[in-house]
Amino acid sequence: MAGIPHDHYEPKSGFEKWLDKRLPVVGLLYDTLMIPTPKNLNWWWIWGIVLAFCLVLQIITGIVLAMHYTPHADMAFASVEHIMRDVNGGAVLRYVHANGASLFFFAVYIHIFRGLFYGSYKAPREVTWIIGMLIYLAMMATGFMGYVLPWGQMSFWGATVITGLFGAIPFVGDALQTWLLGGPAVGNATLNRFFSLHYLLPFVIAGLVIVHVWAFHTTGNNNPTGVEVRRGSKAEAQKDTLPFWPYFVIKDLFALVVVLVIFFAVVGFMPNFLGHPDNYIEANPLSTPAHIVPEWYYLPFYAILRAFTADVWAVQLVNFITGGIIDAKVFGVFAMFGAILVMALAPWTDTSSVRSGKFRPMFRWWFYLLVIDFVVLMWCGAQPAEPPYSIIALIGATYWFAYFLVILPILGVIEKPLPLPETIEEDFNNHYPSAKTPAE
Amino acid sequence: MIRKLTLSALSALVITAGGAFAAGGEGGHVENIKFSFDGPFGKYDQSQLQRGLQVYTEVCSACHGLKYVPLRTLTDLGYDDAQVRAYAAQFEVFDAELDDFRTAIPTDHFPSSALENAPDLSLMAKARAGFHGPYGLGLNQLFNGIGGPEYIVALLNGYTGEEVEMAGSTFYENSIFGNIAMSPPLEDGSVEYADGHANDLHHLSEDVAAFLMWAAEPKLSARKHVGFMGVFFLGLLAVMLYLTNKRLWAPIKGKKQA
Repeated sequence: MAGIPHDHYEPKSGFEKWLDKRLPVVGLLYDTLMIPTPKNLNWWWIWGIVLAFCLVLQIITGIVLAMHYTPHADMAFASVEHIMRDVNGGAVLRYVHANGASLFFFAVYIHIFRGLFYGSYKAPREVTWIIGMLIYLAMMATGFMGYVLPWGQMSFWGATVITGLFGAIPFVGDALQTWLLGGPAVGNATLNRFFSLHYLLPFVIAGLVIVHVWAFHTTGNNNPTGVEVRRGSKAEAQKDTLPFWPYFVIKDLFALVVVLVIFFAVVGFMPNFLGHPDNYIEANPLSTPAHIVPEWYYLPFYAILRAFTADVWAVQLVNFITGGIIDAKVFGVFAMFGAILVMALAPWTDTSSVRSGKFRPMFRWWFYLLVIDFVVLMWCGAQPAEPPYSIIALIGATYWFAYFLVILPILGVIEKPLPLPETIEEDFNNHYPSAKTPAE
Repeated sequence: MIRKLTLSALSALVITAGGAFAAGGEGGHVENIKFSFDGPFGKYDQSQLQRGLQVYTEVCSACHGLKYVPLRTLTDLGYDDAQVRAYAAQFEVFDAELDDFRTAIPTDHFPSSALENAPDLSLMAKARAGFHGPYGLGLNQLFNGIGGPEYIVALLNGYTGEEVEMAGSTFYENSIFGNIAMSPPLEDGSVEYADGHANDLHHLSEDVAAFLMWAAEPKLSARKHVGFMGVFFLGLLAVMLYLTNKRLWAPIKGKKQA
């Protein structure tokens, strides 16, 4: 399966040979688990395992929660309280699921920024990157619909605001919004379909994850130097890599467990810290909360959505050119989806031939600024849409687009990269001077 | 370009700081209160919950309900089955099967609000935030908790004594809520405790806030227990995995094996 030469599974016993001829599943598992992995991977490479764990955790806790939950506008809120009070272990189960979503997004953001810094998106890993972006979009949809299910005030009004975005799309918006909601407004039909899709999408994500892993097992992992594994021969490849099992499985498990210690501290001691108090009030279509705030993990993109108001010249220009079809609201919606689209296009807008930010002296600072920008946007998203927050959000949103559309293309041309190590082995041995021969 | 961006970043900082100082002062100030259930080790104080239940029963329940709270869970407060049964008997609940009202039994829930515009209090202690910020960073909530019970205490103590006439109804000025339709429900000595515990307004409101926190989060102890189990055993596992990992990689990194 992999491009890196390595030992493949050889069926030995009679039964293994019999099975391998009919279904080579053991060989598939063996090759997946023993995949040669660059031995210089650092701790930023552990978040993939955390993400895989989150998906399984969310599916398992979610399936049990669904056994006790009632997707009906009149009963959903009470059924969540039933889970919290009457179901054995229900309160912990629900808090794990709710905070599990936060861990999931926390991990995915680090995972994405890891990829952005070390140039993991660049050829030949563009497909891995694109699949990853699709997973992220599916996560956003799943998380959003899951947040609607408790049928609290934020559930209801969040759903109203977000589906309203689709209503802003020219020509088809109204019809699209009605189709999404199953009626003229958020109601029982909306709750039912969101429940159905919230159950479905995680399995779509699981499928995409398999493709994601398949793709980078074909190209091989990127690594902190961005230098490719030598593939001339098996012996050469073995100098740069170690098998995934046991070296990286144990390393990743250690990191995962450390992350879980913090996770269980949050679940046990401050489970509502990341939530919003208003969601403990049952949904009331007649009473709008003073501030409608999405969950923290949507805030950067929510800030971009709100940043482009009617007094921004770019919005006015587009509005004029399109004869008023694209107004500020539509512009904001396009900007929000565009913010993810430009990130997905990074493999093609980044013109630098060097992958890793470690060897790109200018890129590095623009990247750090992007991370800060992301945090500032997250903060802006939780503030009211008024000056000065709207101005900061506009600057932040502009930088986000500038990074992907202007800075990345220009840097590749003007930047002089630092000298790269010849091989991964050299990088590893520089790090551990006493390491000499590669382990068998 | 760098200079331009530095400039805009700087001006953004200045603007942020300015905005942050201008903000604040929205609603009244909520004091942090040291409740027995605060922090990872905190537990509910049963006698405080019993006092809070008395305040709720004698005062709040005249208008408000606790429709999500099953009466049987009052055993959490240290009452035995007979006491819970006797307590339940004071309520009348509607039975759909009988199509009539009957005396409540422990498997029923507390009644819903008697007054239409009085909100249900089952989750009130989790549905309000006493602490915010600073500057939208959530640090106060990180260190002091969300502040639901503190909000309730502050509200009950926040009446200024002013009354406002609006659209034919009387509203009471409250430093936390603004103008509120609820007349001051508690005052010094409005509930008499059997054990002679202090019953000034502040003690009464703390007791009822603690009781409402229990009503909103009855599984608090079980949850914290899971937190400790998780942190302890996963911490242990982390140490073992750390040592395993170290030993596994030692020959690769050319280090001496432990």
